[in-house]
Amino acid sequence: MNFLLGAFKPACNISITFTDGKNRKQVPIKKDNGQIVMNPLFQSQETIAGKIHIDPYQGKKVEHNGVKVELLGQIEMYFDRGNFYDFTSLVRELDVPGEIYERKTYPFEFSSVEMPYETYNGVNVRLKYVLKVTVTRGYAGSIVEYQDFVVRNYVPPPPINNSIKMEVGIEDCLHIEFEYNKSKYHLKDVILGKIYFLLVRIKIKNMDLEIRRRESTGAGANTHVETETLAKFELMDGAPVRGESIPVRVFLSPYDLTPTHTNINNKFSVKYYLNLVLVDEEDRRYFKQQEITLYRLKEEAS
Amino acid sequence: MLSSIRLRCSASYGLRSYHLTNMRAFDELRKLEIFFMEETRRGCSVIELYELVQHAGNILPRLYLLCTAGSVYIKTKEAPAKEILKDLVEMCRGIQHPLRGLFLRSYLAQISRDKLPDIGSEYEGDADTVTDAVEFVLLNFTEMNKLWVRMQHQGPARDKERREKERGELRDLVGKNLHVLSQLEGVDLDMYRDTVLPRVLEQIVNCRDEIAQYYLIDCIIQVFPDEYHLQTLDVLLGACPQLQPSVDIMTVLSRLMERLSNYAALNAEVLPYFLQVEAFSKLNNAIGKVIEAQEDMPILSAVTLYSSLLKFTLHVHPDRLDYADQVLGSCVKQLSGKGKINDTRATREIVSLLSAPLEKYNDVVIALKLTNYPLVVEYLDNETKRIMATVIIRSIMKNNTLITTAEKVEALLELIKGLINDLDEPQGLEVDEDDFEEEQNSVARLVHMLYNDDTEEMFKIISILKKHFLTGGPKRLKFTIPPLVVSTLKLIRRLPVEGDNPFGKEASVTATKIFQFLNQIIEALPNVPSPDLAFRLYLQCAEAANKCDEEPIAYEFFTQAYILYEEEISDSKAQVTALQLIIGTLQRMHVFGVENRDTLTHKATGYSAKLLKKPDQCRAVYACSHLFWLEDHETIQDGDRVLLCLKRALKIANSAQQMGSNGQGSAGSVTLFIEILNKYLYFYEKGIPQITVESVESLIQLIKNEESMPSDPYAESLFASTLQFMEFQKQKGGAIGDRYEEIKV
Repeated sequence: MNFLLGAFKPACNISITFTDGKNRKQVPIKKDNGQIVMNPLFQSQETIAGKIHIDPYQGKKVEHNGVKVELLGQIEMYFDRGNFYDFTSLVRELDVPGEIYERKTYPFEFSSVEMPYETYNGVNVRLKYVLKVTVTRGYAGSIVEYQDFVVRNYVPPPPINNSIKMEVGIEDCLHIEFEYNKSKYHLKDVILGKIYFLLVRIKIKNMDLEIRRRESTGAGANTHVETETLAKFELMDGAPVRGESIPVRVFLSPYDLTPTHTNINNKFSVKYYLNLVLVDEEDRRYFKQQEITLYRLKEEAS
Repeated sequence: MLSSIRLRCSASYGLRSYHLTNMRAFDELRKLEIFFMEETRRGCSVIELYELVQHAGNILPRLYLLCTAGSVYIKTKEAPAKEILKDLVEMCRGIQHPLRGLFLRSYLAQISRDKLPDIGSEYEGDADTVTDAVEFVLLNFTEMNKLWVRMQHQGPARDKERREKERGELRDLVGKNLHVLSQLEGVDLDMYRDTVLPRVLEQIVNCRDEIAQYYLIDCIIQVFPDEYHLQTLDVLLGACPQLQPSVDIMTVLSRLMERLSNYAALNAEVLPYFLQVEAFSKLNNAIGKVIEAQEDMPILSAVTLYSSLLKFTLHVHPDRLDYADQVLGSCVKQLSGKGKINDTRATREIVSLLSAPLEKYNDVVIALKLTNYPLVVEYLDNETKRIMATVIIRSIMKNNTLITTAEKVEALLELIKGLINDLDEPQGLEVDEDDFEEEQNSVARLVHMLYNDDTEEMFKIISILKKHFLTGGPKRLKFTIPPLVVSTLKLIRRLPVEGDNPFGKEASVTATKIFQFLNQIIEALPNVPSPDLAFRLYLQCAEAANKCDEEPIAYEFFTQAYILYEEEISDSKAQVTALQLIIGTLQRMHVFGVENRDTLTHKATGYSAKLLKKPDQCRAVYACSHLFWLEDHETIQDGDRVLLCLKRALKIANSAQQMGSNGQGSAGSVTLFIEILNKYLYFYEKGIPQITVESVESLIQLIKNEESMPSDPYAESLFASTLQFMEFQKQKGGAIGDRYEEIKV
């Protein structure tokens, strides 16, 4: 057993550290197996630098045909699991072919990397960034080590941000007018608004505001759309009468939201909707869905 | 802790258990509040806390938490109280379910109560924050009321009754807001008039719900100070006609007036304000409008309203009789066209309405000045009219009110017509005999309260009484005539002696005239089956005439009395009594000339002899002896006839004795003898020459003989005391003693 173990054991231990690893903000990422791990956070145009340590096991030497580190931006579709589409790929050669006898450290740096897309973990699609260190070997098989990191991009507040105002209804049955203060919200924003009841002829039991995420993957005939409800926030309890106005105040911070993504590399899109749902006493649902744009606002020095 | 709160979200509990759960939750929330408080002290930002609680997805627990956090927020004073309160009251709109909403808002009211930015409160902000406090409470009140009103539409119609009951139990939650408002230091009169009242009233009027309107109007009246009500009377009253027709507005207004009257009664210094704001005319108008607006208002309500208004005006403007009259006038207008009132409660209310002025002034004269008073009485049914009349009379009696002018008497009689006249109600309820007697007796008493020192006016009064009484139907005459006669006789006594008229003018009221008048009155009586009474009255009048030296009149009266005796008095016992009366009266008459007197005495003696029973005859005859001997009148001293009478009496006694010995013993006749002896002694003492010592002695001897026979103790003791009397007179000495000395026993 020991022999076997020894045989399949990689010949060395590779670790990757980032230059400012200790101070850099870490964010939780859910891995495939459901585990949550903390990964360092970067944004576009940042320089990603660090060191790679290659530590051969005691008394072993590592022969190799070269050491390289790659920065990959990958999109993985779940219907095509394991097959990554790289939209970004940068390589740094670290070492010429040779042998490593003892612990060896290679500094690396990718300066001002263009990372236009954010890390995204969806239902059917995943976008991730990874550093891949490869110790190339011939027949023995290369030794590969991955280090995931997260990219988030911050945008300034949009210059135009209209409110959403709309009157909807079913003739002679229900007329409401709703108003949300903006159409574009940042992720820690608060949705403020009001719902006016202009005509109520049904017995309403309650009213919820749902935040829905619509993730569409693929293109053309193969488009696959997945919608999930991320938040269900009760706005009203009981039946209002004509003329009532119900306040809306929904804090977005407790929910696991991402910015709106439009047509990421022709692979997928993520859109968000506010869905206003009225439920009557017979559990019939009346709803009106409105798209909102989410964006990531640069957080105050934190 | 939160789970208990969450519990209520799913609650479709009955009201009671909901209430209980709520109480428990309130407790928990208080603990939570303390916990929050500690957290903030430990450095947890209260603003974050305030946001954090809003992350809860379910609205009901979220809002409870928000209120709790808000309370802590205010306490830390990191933001102005008014902002937070405004936010809270706004966010609470999310609960539209009536029951849950009510409780939530009631919780909000509870936690905010000590945190309102009122004047003097530690949460008072810079400028004018009391407006915010008021605004907050008003808003919460409005919303709560809406929810409360909406409750009635929840659920199926068959549960309506149960729901109304539940609503009734919840009303205090709504009313508490008004209470809070009234407690605010900052709510002064201006604020109340300009903001609070109009807003609250607007809500009340607009909610169009009977229960809510009734309760809340009443609430306003009860919680705010009287002074405010007084100053905003027109606003408050203006709202009344706008309420739903089914609202029991009368109770509400009555309470308002009651409060105001009490206020006026307790603080005399505020009375000028009442005048200043014309409280009365406003109330009067308002009531008119309310009645107009609520067409099918039961008569009871209307009357109750007027009754309260009347009480109010009596309290507040005791000096303004015209007000009271005005009220009665409106009442009459309201009653007209409705005919007699059949509703017993309404009648009772009218009685109380009519009694109010009497109680207040304790003087019926004032009530008589109210021209509309009798008009109101007119609408009562006969039964009630009688009751009312009794009330009036009782008031007069209680306060010893003298009614002094003919006009007033006329008015009064008009008022109590129910007692004086048979009302046109042929087949009405049979009046209880006792009650009837009681009533008529009170009328009789009333007669004596009608009095004027001026004889002429008094005569007028009496004439009016006569007019009314004589049309009053035969049943009443028995009761009404005697007091009238007595009153008239009193008048006669007060007449100036003829020829003693200082002004030299012909007195319009002469005794003759009055006597004629009396005669007319009494004549009415024999028509009624009470000759006995008429008989006595004639004698009374005769006596009065005697005093006035009106011989022909006195003779006329006597004649009438005799005729009655002969024609109407047939019962032997009654005859005896009547005869005694005749004798007694006649004995005192001095006005008669010899001829007239002779006729009368002769008649009287004749009657005596014609009595049925011997002892009665005997007694009447010896009584007649007095008719012939009047001590003060030389002309009427006829000893012979005295003796004749006594002798005849003896004879009758004798024959009675004989009849007795044949029959059931002679005990009675001995008594007769002794009585005759007493008469002998009387006249003997007076010194009538015809009564001799011998006759006395022989009579005593006779009695002594009779005594030996088995006798009764009464006679024995009578005889003994007679002898004792004689002995006593002897002892006294003097002329009389000497006379007695002569008698040898």
